[in-house]
Amino acid sequence: MMNAVAPTNDLAPLAAETPILEMRGISQIFPGVKALDGVSIKLYPGQVTALIGENGAGKSTLVKILTGIYRPNEGEILIDEQPISFPSAQAAIDAGVTAIHQETVLFDELTVGENIFLGHAPRTRFGTIDWRQINSRSKALMHQLESEIDPTVRLRDLSIAQRHLVAIARALSVEARIVIMDEPTAALSRKEIDDLFRIVEGLKRQGKAILFISHKFDEVYEIAENFVVFRDGRAVGQGKLKTTPQDEIVRLMVGRDVKDVFPKVAVEIGAPVLAVHGYSHPTEFRDISFELRRGEILGVYGLIGAGRSELCQSLFGITRPSAGRLTLEGQPIEIRSSSDAIRAGIVYVPEERGRHGLALPMPIFQNMSLPSLKKTSRSGFLKAANELALARKYAERLDLRAAALSVPVGTLSGGNQQKVVIGKWLATRPKVIILDEPTKGIDIGSKAAVHGFISELAAEGLSIIMVSSELPEILGMSDRVLVMREGLAAGVFERDRLSAEVLVRAATGNQ
Amino acid sequence: MSDVATKRVIPDRLGTKTSRMLASWEVLLFGVAALIFIFNSFASPYFLNAWNLSDATFNFTEKAMIAFAMALLVIAGEIDLSVAAIIALASTAMGAAAQMGIGTPGLVAIGIGTGLLCGAFNGLLVAGLRLPSIVVTIGTMSLFRGISYIVLGDQAYGKYPESFAYFGQGYVAWVFSFEFVLFIGLAIAFAILLHATNFGRQVYVIGNNEFAARFSGIPVERVKFILFLLTGLMAGVAAVCLTSRLGSTRPSIAQGWELEVVTMVVLGGVSILGGAGTIAGVVIAAFVMGLVTFGLGLLNVPGIVMSIFVGLLLIITIAVPIIARRIKEMNR
Repeated sequence: MMNAVAPTNDLAPLAAETPILEMRGISQIFPGVKALDGVSIKLYPGQVTALIGENGAGKSTLVKILTGIYRPNEGEILIDEQPISFPSAQAAIDAGVTAIHQETVLFDELTVGENIFLGHAPRTRFGTIDWRQINSRSKALMHQLESEIDPTVRLRDLSIAQRHLVAIARALSVEARIVIMDEPTAALSRKEIDDLFRIVEGLKRQGKAILFISHKFDEVYEIAENFVVFRDGRAVGQGKLKTTPQDEIVRLMVGRDVKDVFPKVAVEIGAPVLAVHGYSHPTEFRDISFELRRGEILGVYGLIGAGRSELCQSLFGITRPSAGRLTLEGQPIEIRSSSDAIRAGIVYVPEERGRHGLALPMPIFQNMSLPSLKKTSRSGFLKAANELALARKYAERLDLRAAALSVPVGTLSGGNQQKVVIGKWLATRPKVIILDEPTKGIDIGSKAAVHGFISELAAEGLSIIMVSSELPEILGMSDRVLVMREGLAAGVFERDRLSAEVLVRAATGNQ
Repeated sequence: MSDVATKRVIPDRLGTKTSRMLASWEVLLFGVAALIFIFNSFASPYFLNAWNLSDATFNFTEKAMIAFAMALLVIAGEIDLSVAAIIALASTAMGAAAQMGIGTPGLVAIGIGTGLLCGAFNGLLVAGLRLPSIVVTIGTMSLFRGISYIVLGDQAYGKYPESFAYFGQGYVAWVFSFEFVLFIGLAIAFAILLHATNFGRQVYVIGNNEFAARFSGIPVERVKFILFLLTGLMAGVAAVCLTSRLGSTRPSIAQGWELEVVTMVVLGGVSILGGAGTIAGVVIAAFVMGLVTFGLGLLNVPGIVMSIFVGLLLIITIAVPIIARRIKEMNR
């Protein structure tokens, strides 16, 4: 090779520049979890560094350290090569670090100017708020963002995109040299994203260092020069985006190839277990009928608001249907409450784990044993040893990662919390398990584990109803798919007829 | 790597039993109780006397009986501020019955029955109609005591049968009063109910996450109704003891006790937000409050100062854990 006389490319002078901000060997330890493990990153003036990683990889922990909310257990932060620490959020702002969050809290009833300068309003020499300065500086900031919004307009009169600009103006109203953008494009349309990127280019020209957090690769390649990939709390790769193909970044992020994501096992489908006839709800769904067989995974697909979760919750007894019949293994049954459903062998893993599925401050084993208390206790008295044994059995089966069975569930990661919810229901030895968005908010590694486990359950003869908004998941896992549209069944599709196109067409009603 | 393949063993618990116990609020509170005890015994020569100490227990036994039931209610995320008013109504009912010549067993049944009825009324409104308990019980607080005022006006009932005096004035053995023995018995019963039964576990789950409780098949409304019933029952029992001890009933009986009961519960380490707390903590808190009131009494501190003390205690015990958590987070 001719690297001995490598020609200087356009990146070399930038790389030689000194970073504005450097983090060295940062570790953040929470009870039972090492959220960050010896992470080092550098941010350069006039450059965008993309921070890439799955949920739970440690991105938001890093943001919280940089904005003075957490104090790291190990490592140091340097600004202009001088060590610095952020004992408070204000200290981080004073040091020139500002953050634009996914959802910045703004106040509808206040004006644009008030929102921008809330908490750090300029004062007159009498100590009162200097409105003239607020308005002129707000105007200048908005102008810098290529927007001419009047600073005296109330926020509630602005569009979503305009509010976003106000949030950015607020972040820039402090003298910031380091700007963190935490998934800033999550709620924006393509046009608004283009506008945002023009602003980012402007910030680059001013020599600010930008840390840009996003899931979307096309955006990252469009706007960023450098990248850092986080996985399991470690920086597993960093470099220049120009010389790194996307496959490489995906591989760093996931830690393995994406091919084996859906470990669907061929299962012999048995006799019908659950039959639903004409199930209806006063407002959410109407006249839903389907059959579920032993060992079968029935996918339920549809747009948000199609009535999928409501259907599942009424099968589980949370809401009462206004019409319809159920038969379980040929016997007609009526489900009036969730305890009826559990007794009949129908269980439900809710979409919102923290809100509906778990008592987060309580120990893992007490959450796991909750629906099985009748079995673990003796004549109404708790038997901790039985509870622990039951929890251990399912923790091991699900490969749960936890410091101890007595730690609060709230200290676990999203994927492990989901394992606790699933384990808690498996312990009741159900016939039918309803999974509502089983992998929502779970990182890809745990997703595969959950999928593998769902397949195993089906192979053991459990019948599974799986609600999901993710097409790959529905296509990869289901034996049949029920598509719902506006509360009605838009069709049931067998596995050999499944395709993304067919499902989307049925879900949206576009012919 | 091989560490992925080898199965990890998750321990049941972290640390040893003693290390977990030493870090608890109850141990801290016990230390406070011991300090107050030592301080009092130096401050007054009359303190270290078995009979004086026995008298001192009357400062808290009746309130503590209610506090046990209240602790369960607060852990489940609800509250009952009508307990003192229930005492007034139950005592009035017993007084009226005594005027009519009903004997001691009948009076006890009426006292306890009134408590149960009041508790059922609260429970019906909160669990049945799903109304917020703080508003419901502020309402029934006025309602129950109001009935008492209408019946009695500025009168008092004072004619109770002689045998009725045993509950508030009798002694089981040596210095141990009937009330104190009942207090110990109820403490054990409530500790078992909360910490060793499925019902107790359901109470904790409801307090930590009512949604999750409902989604796990727990009959949330039924549990809450039972808790209100239990609180009414204990207020009825306390009414029997208090009326028997005082030997008379005025509509202002047990005025302001709801605050002292809640203070006792919170001082005992029960989270006012629900979901956490122990009966042992409430027992120690009862002793702390009783010892302080008794000590101040021996030092001739007037009653109004004691109410200042109770108010401060309530604020401090709510503030301390929150501030401690903030300091802990700051050191992170």
